[in-house]
Amino acid sequence: METGAAKKEILAQLQKQILAMQGFKTVSDKQSLKTGLGIIEQSFPGNTFPMGAIHEFISPAQGEAAATNGFIAGLLSGIMQKGGTALWIGTRRTLFPPALKAFGIEPDRIVFIDLIRERDVLWAVEQALKCDALTAVVGELKELGFTESRRLQLAVEESKVTGFIHRHEPKGKNTVACVSRWKIAPLSSDIAGNMPGVGHPRWDVNLLKVRNGTPGAWQIEWESGSFHHIQSKQPNIVSISSTRNTG
Amino acid sequence: MAAPERGRMVIKAASITAQNKGIDTGMVVADCRAILPELKVFDDEPGQMVPLLNAIGEWCLRYTPIVAIDLPEGLILDVSGCTHLWGGEKEYLKDILNRLRTFGYDIRASIADTIGAAWAVSRFGQVSPIIEPGNHIAALLQLPAAALRLDAAILTRLDKLGLYQINSFIKMPRTALRRRFGQELLNRLDQATGQGIEILEPIQPVLPYQERLPSLEPIRTAPGIEIALRRLLEVLCNRLSKEGKGLRKGIFKGYRIDGHLEQIEIGTNKASNNIEHLFSLFKLKIETITPALGIELFILEAPLVEEVPAEQESLWNISGSGDETAIAELLDRIAGKVGSETIHRYLPAEHYWPERSIKIASSLQEKPLIDWRVDQRRPVNLLRKPEEIEVSVPLPDYPPLLFRYKGILHQIKKADGPERIEQEWWLQQGLHRDYYQVEDEYGVRYWLFRSGHYNDEETKWFIHGFFA
Repeated sequence: METGAAKKEILAQLQKQILAMQGFKTVSDKQSLKTGLGIIEQSFPGNTFPMGAIHEFISPAQGEAAATNGFIAGLLSGIMQKGGTALWIGTRRTLFPPALKAFGIEPDRIVFIDLIRERDVLWAVEQALKCDALTAVVGELKELGFTESRRLQLAVEESKVTGFIHRHEPKGKNTVACVSRWKIAPLSSDIAGNMPGVGHPRWDVNLLKVRNGTPGAWQIEWESGSFHHIQSKQPNIVSISSTRNTG
Repeated sequence: MAAPERGRMVIKAASITAQNKGIDTGMVVADCRAILPELKVFDDEPGQMVPLLNAIGEWCLRYTPIVAIDLPEGLILDVSGCTHLWGGEKEYLKDILNRLRTFGYDIRASIADTIGAAWAVSRFGQVSPIIEPGNHIAALLQLPAAALRLDAAILTRLDKLGLYQINSFIKMPRTALRRRFGQELLNRLDQATGQGIEILEPIQPVLPYQERLPSLEPIRTAPGIEIALRRLLEVLCNRLSKEGKGLRKGIFKGYRIDGHLEQIEIGTNKASNNIEHLFSLFKLKIETITPALGIELFILEAPLVEEVPAEQESLWNISGSGDETAIAELLDRIAGKVGSETIHRYLPAEHYWPERSIKIASSLQEKPLIDWRVDQRRPVNLLRKPEEIEVSVPLPDYPPLLFRYKGILHQIKKADGPERIEQEWWLQQGLHRDYYQVEDEYGVRYWLFRSGHYNDEETKWFIHGFFA
């Protein structure tokens, strides 16, 4: 008869194997970069933000799209600490490169590919994700089918490139093979001492789905080059009502 | 062929059959009709020769890259280094003659060391059309003086003096020849013997980076084309890498047996002399080539060539060494499919005006000359074009209280500004903009601006972007 402790060990090991099969790999030196997400990282298996995987972001409106781009830029700056190049592929891009500097990225290290058709975006994202010389790939599009997401996931499992798919105003929230699904909404900023003016970017970060992890919601502020978790609930934060349909 | 001359129709050219029956150039048509009633006379259109020679010259490009037109009736081909591809000068010449004769042209040709000698032998030579290297002066000696491309006036004077053949005056003192016949005779003589310079004006300028591959049999299959392409790439890339250069633009041409030209073009983001990479770029387009009856000559040209920076001079901070090449190759693949105009990389520009504050980098290596500005906040998403909004502004030079964008009313809770950005008068005239960062009741942050000064009626407000 095996003891309970031994059973637990076997289970843990099996879980580890399953994770590896699903694309979560053990943390190597290259991957031990800090995304600075702090408390959010605990939602992921192994308490680390999964690199070499596809993350899906959903923006229902323009305001959310800006917040999501900001959040992705913040994540990118962590991933690109040690240099590297990222590709930003999309249709109707509105991202303004100089703004990336505020999120700690040299905008000239990002190559933008501005396409017209969504089909080309998917093709280009897949090609880019297969290129292991890249650090990260951001794809901005509207729809992502399950089959396409599977292809992207297979591409990153080979190359270990981190992919971010930013979906603008998608028709439905279909199932995709991405490792996580996020929704970033803007939140009223706050300046200490109730001073007038607009403060640091602040977001309502919703981790709607995460494979083998626990979803959650946090309030995050970007200040002086890193994410900060906002602990105390200020009364002036107006929660974004789900009925609001525009930005 | 006849053309009017001083009111009469005069024969300008005659076919071999006609010549055998006594018809020759310079005769009057009426006389010829008397000699040969069944004579067919065509009108000679002036200026017809040039396009015809051009067309034949272009066709001849399959034999050598340098073809020049020699009016009124000749073509000059620089065959240096080309004949061995056909198995020697004899076969080379035979091939050209046979093919042109099957087209119905009556032609004569010769190969010699100098243009002058070849001209003379092809028109007046009786022995052999191919003059061995170094023997061209000997070959000239027996030819008539007209073989030197001389004016009619000089020829008649030579004729009067009994100098019918070149060997009768070639040894004469140059001063005597110049005094009696002028400088032109000496020039022509020098050109024929190789002592003078004669410049060819090729009908198609020769590119410095060009490789040719004639095929023995016309090639009709995709694998055949691929083999030809690979061979050409090997030669070209070897040469480029020896010179430390790389290809930015390449054209692969196939001359079809029926005279058509098939070509595909590629461009690269970064100068490359990697055979595999260039081959993969071309391969995407090979299927657009229609070989029809077959392609008999392949040409690979590199019209745009740039220095390849040495690997260790990595200007761009990229982890790992081979990464830059891999990324450039990826971008080339993407550019090959969707066009290179879709790929952008931005560098800071020294302008405050937001639309002008970035410029497109011309290559992957280009480094920013100035730092990216961080002193002013800029929106993450910038609209391509500012969109007009309706606002309610209580006070001059204050941010609005409310604004309506796309039919939705937004209440402004927090605001920063104004930040005034002037038009740069040396670039563009117009109103300045006063930018405000505002945040609405849901926490969405916008970048708004007022165009021009505050003024009750005509002030226009715009939304220009979204902050994160």
